[in-house]
Amino acid sequence: MILARVVGTVVATRKDPRLEGKTLLVLKPVTPEGKDDAGYVVAVDTVGAGYRERVLAVAGSSARMAEGCKDVPVDTAIVGIVDDVRLD
Amino acid sequence: MQLGRVVGCVWATVKDANLEGYRLLVVQPVTADLRDTGKRLVCTDWTGAGAGETIYWVRGREASIAFLPGQPPSDATIVGIVDVVHQAAKAGKTVRRKPERQ
Repeated sequence: MILARVVGTVVATRKDPRLEGKTLLVLKPVTPEGKDDAGYVVAVDTVGAGYRERVLAVAGSSARMAEGCKDVPVDTAIVGIVDDVRLD
Repeated sequence: MQLGRVVGCVWATVKDANLEGYRLLVVQPVTADLRDTGKRLVCTDWTGAGAGETIYWVRGREASIAFLPGQPPSDATIVGIVDVVHQAAKAGKTVRRKPERQ
């Protein structure tokens, strides 16, 4: 799973019917130290994450195990809102 | 499966209901010589590993299989704590590396 920051939303009118009603957010991956990492990723939101919040995102086929994503064509899903990361 | 070292943990109050009760740890992947390599990631923990411990972790769909019959949405899970790594050296000798707790 990766840590990421919500940086935007995606609006798509024409899409797979199984994606109807799902929120699509643009994520910027961040390191556990809080620095921005390379690239961007679009993820389905299952926890109600908001703009600028740090979230936990699951990638690959495991994303379909997130709440309400069974048999939905997604490969990245937000499964948690991060309160704190503690590094030893 | 890959080797890694536990370097931290993640708190998340709001999360997927199926992730409830599982520990989320920050893992630094390491090479067979236990040197750091690649990006840090967050893993669910099946073993009860602690900070600084060398572990091995599994990625992909198999990551949630460790928790059966539970089905947490996880793509990386710590499935073992490493006691020692034996590795064949160039001269045919075996190198034995015991992870140091950091």
